[in-house]
Order: sequence, then C-alpha cells, then structure tokens
Amino acid sequence: MTIQFAFDPEWMSVLTAPFMVNAIEAGLLIAVAAGIMGYFTITRHSTFAAHALAHIGLPGATGAVLLGLPVSLGLGAFALGGALVIGALGKKVSEREIATGTVLAFATGLGLFFARLSSSASQQMQSILFGSILTITDNQIVGFAIFDALLLVVVSLVYRPLLFSSLDEQVARAKGVPIGAMNVLFMAIMAGVITVAVPAVGTLLIFALVVTPAATASIVTRSPFAAIIVSCVLCLASIWGGLVLSAMFPTPPSFVIVTLSTAMWAIAKIVFRNR
Amino acid sequence: MTSPTAHDDAVVLHDAAVRRGGRLIWSHGNFAIPRGTVTAVVGTNGAGKTTLLDAELGLIPTSQGDITVLGRPAGQSNQRIGYVPQTYTSGLDSTITARQSVILGLTGTKFGIHFVSAEEKRRAQEVLEFVGLADKADYRLNELSGGLRQRAAIAQALACSPELLLLDEPLANLDIASQRSVVELLARLNHEWGMTIEVVAHDLNMLLPILTGAIYLLDGHPHYSPIRSVLDSDLLTHLYGTRVEVVTTPQGDMFVTPNRKLEPEERLQDTHDVREAAHFHEHGDPKDGGTHADAHIAGTKAKEMNR
Repeated sequence: MTIQFAFDPEWMSVLTAPFMVNAIEAGLLIAVAAGIMGYFTITRHSTFAAHALAHIGLPGATGAVLLGLPVSLGLGAFALGGALVIGALGKKVSEREIATGTVLAFATGLGLFFARLSSSASQQMQSILFGSILTITDNQIVGFAIFDALLLVVVSLVYRPLLFSSLDEQVARAKGVPIGAMNVLFMAIMAGVITVAVPAVGTLLIFALVVTPAATASIVTRSPFAAIIVSCVLCLASIWGGLVLSAMFPTPPSFVIVTLSTAMWAIAKIVFRNR
Repeated sequence: MTSPTAHDDAVVLHDAAVRRGGRLIWSHGNFAIPRGTVTAVVGTNGAGKTTLLDAELGLIPTSQGDITVLGRPAGQSNQRIGYVPQTYTSGLDSTITARQSVILGLTGTKFGIHFVSAEEKRRAQEVLEFVGLADKADYRLNELSGGLRQRAAIAQALACSPELLLLDEPLANLDIASQRSVVELLARLNHEWGMTIEVVAHDLNMLLPILTGAIYLLDGHPHYSPIRSVLDSDLLTHLYGTRVEVVTTPQGDMFVTPNRKLEPEERLQDTHDVREAAHFHEHGDPKDGGTHADAHIAGTKAKEMNR
C-alpha cells in the first residue's frame, strides 16, 4: 500500500463548491468560540474536563441518531448535563483526572453501544468521532452564529470575574466573586463550544482544536486579551488551512486541521522554550 | 492610620467556635488584634490556622460566638482586606503576568465591560514597585521564583489598598534569602503604610523581629498574646510538640530553636490529635482567654491525658 498525497489541480473549484463555502463559514464561527473558551480552559486548568465533555456527549450524539433526532441536540444535551454536574461539583473536581477519565471511557463505550443499535447511527459514528466539516448545513451555521453571539455577550459580561476566579479561587471568593456560579457558567459555555466544534474535528480530536491553539497563544502572548485574540486566529488558521490543504491534496480535513494546530504549538514550544 | 485603641481593633473574636464538616476545629476563641500590629498565627498542623483566616473572611460561619473584622461582622469588610492564600503551588503553571495579576486584584470583581483605567494602571505599578517587582512586572507568574511569586501574590492583595493583610504561610517553601525579603516587605508595609498584618506561620524565627504578638492555637482554642509572653520555652514546646528553646542574644534578638541536647531520646512526643484537643477543657469564661499561664496549665493537662 502506498500513501498518496496527489495534488488536485481542480482544488480551486473544490474551494468554491457550496459545501466548502459552508465549511469556511463554519470554520470562522468555530474558531471564535473555541479560541475564546480555550484560553479560559487553560487558565482554569480544566483542559481535561473540557476533553471529557466531548466524550460524555458521544452517547448523546449516537443516541440522538437512534431516536431520529439531530446529532447536535443529543450531543449538546449530554455535554451540558455532564458540564452542569462537573461545574456544580466545583473546579477542584475538574482536576480529578481519574474520576473524569473513568466517566469519559464509560461514556465512549456507551456511545459505541448506542451506535451499534441502529445502522444509521453506526454510519454516523465515524463522523461524530472524527468530524465532518464538509457536511455542515446552512441550519447548523445559523445555530453556530447564534451561539457565538451569545458567547460574546456572556463572556464580555463575566470576563474579569471569570479570569480572577481562574487565577485563585480562594481570593476571588473572599472578594465576593460568586465562584459556584462561575464554575457552572464556564462548564455550560464549554458544553456549547464542544457542541459547536465537534462537527469540525469530532469528539476524539477536539482537544487539538479547543485547547492546543489557546496553549500556543499563551506561549506567544502575555496578556489575557491578546492571548484570546491570538488563540482565535490560530484556531481559524488551523481550520481554514486544513480546508485548503485538504482540497489541494485530498485528505481528511480533520487530519490536516489537527496537524496544523499541533505543528504551530510544537513550533511555539521550541522557539519560546527558554520562556 | 489611627493609633490602636481598645475600640479600634482590627480583628475581634468573642467566644467564637468553628466547625468544619461537623467536627469542631477550635472553640472559645477570645482575642483582639490591635490595628497597626503584626501578628503571627501559630500552632501544629491541622490546628485550624487556615480555618481561622477563613472564619475572619467569613468564608466559613462560626458555629458559636462572633467575629468582628475592621468593625463589621466577618465577611462584610473583605474589600478592605488583602488576602494571600498559600499560592506557591497554584501559581506554578499560571501564564498570567505579575502585572495582570495585580490589575485583576483591582478589577477582578467587576462584571460587565470594563477597560483598565490609567489610575488602575498607575496603582498596579505603584504596588509592584513597592514589593520590588517593577523590573519583573511583565514576567509570567510561572517564570518567577518562589520568593518573587510570593511577592507578586502580596502585590495583588495590596492592589485594593487594604487595611488588613492576611497571609497564609507566606514563607513556606522559600529559601532563607527569599524568606528574609518577604519578612522585610511585611515590616515595611507595617511601618510605612501602617498595615495591620496577620500571618500564619510554621516557623517563627524569621518573623520574630517584626512580630507584635501571636495567636497560638493550643488545645483547640485560639488565644492572643503579646510576643514576649509567647516566647516561653515551655509554651512553645507544648505548642509544637517538640523541644523548643528561646535564646536571647546580646543584640536582644530572640530565636526559637529546636535543641537536640535538651530532648531526651525516650521523650514521648507531645503532639495530640486536634479533635481531641478541642475538647480538652471547656472553659466557659470568655475573660480568661489568652494568658500564657492558662495555656501552660492546659498544656500540662494535655500531656497528662496523652500519657
């Protein structure tokens, strides 16, 4: 077997196809959501909890297909449920890796079980796990846009208390920041971001889209606001770069997106290794 | 800052008791910390030192009695209190810069869109200069050494111009030079800004030169005592459960040192379980709290019960 990265001379026409236009628009909306929340995920040390949410959403996604409901609905509902439980238990719990990891594994298994119950869910399994950015519909884009608008409003309202409580929960609590509400709110928004980002790269690869660009941004910038902007830009560069490259050299977009995101992080790590 | 008077104490406990998860941490807390003083909170591990700070901040309620901080019930004056928890480990992987952290100390409770004002930036710079971090203000917290990170944490607490500064083990995990510079910083805060400081400490040695008094958590009761009374070999020995000696040098400095020669091999360790200790003696008269003789007797009693 040989691996071929054959150049597709018709790639420009692929890029202008309606499905690709949708993917490009979705990419922008996903990058805004993932870039902003990725930064908070890192400052709150909740990266593993965020990763787990995607897996907790998996049985919701395959279960929804089983019941003939939209994938995003099931995914969102399960992720939100998981988020509210983790959020209510407090930030310390999101750092409990063993409990989170166990629930994550169980949820993934349950997702597989639901998928095997029907052939249509079985067919969708791969795209839920690894993403299918090229099949995003107009309706999904409208949903993403509404979510992004909400996210921008909410985050701009709670920006400082959210950051303050990320830095030191004890101090923030003493100063009157409602820590419990911040935790629940953060996790709930995170569930929304996961629901929006899963169609791009799937539940398995989501870490590289939500957390990795924000990690890179934290390496190259020094202020939270700059880190958020850079995080969004890097996330967008990964998605758009992934779409263009996968059109030029036919490969799964998810693979290229994750590769770009990882490469940028690795380069930043090497260049700024002394910092 | 007004001069300390009996009616102007920074922290007043009146027959206060605190429970955590149903178990009694300490009870019969009766003391007053005068304004403008530096007070250490000492006691063995688990004696409830951090709990005392939490109670003063109103983060946990008293199960009995009351706590008044800066003239109001605990928890209501927190905007006028600077709080530095044990941040040594939590700051390890923080990518936020020292300056950002101080600015958050000023703006972190503000909901809504808020742009950092020139006045807030000026205040942050002033505080960073005071703690000696001006040249490293734009370093990330995870790029600073333990001592500098502790100073950054203090700077954040100072940003809101507090009247009372609470610090939890600010010298833990620091090398001697860093410990000294943090102590010097606290001394300057007390002298130059008139700040009332309450500091939880394991090792009194470093803090001794600047202490006015100490709250010692012995036998499950917090007591306040002027520093000269606390510095009693027998009391400290009971307090720490190991032989401690007080030495007065010609310069008048006093040191507390564990002395191996004085500690017989077969000596039973005088450490006792805190839950046990909390119930050792139920002295209901709030006026009796805080004399060192009382603590001494209590310590002896505890020793007897231990054997």
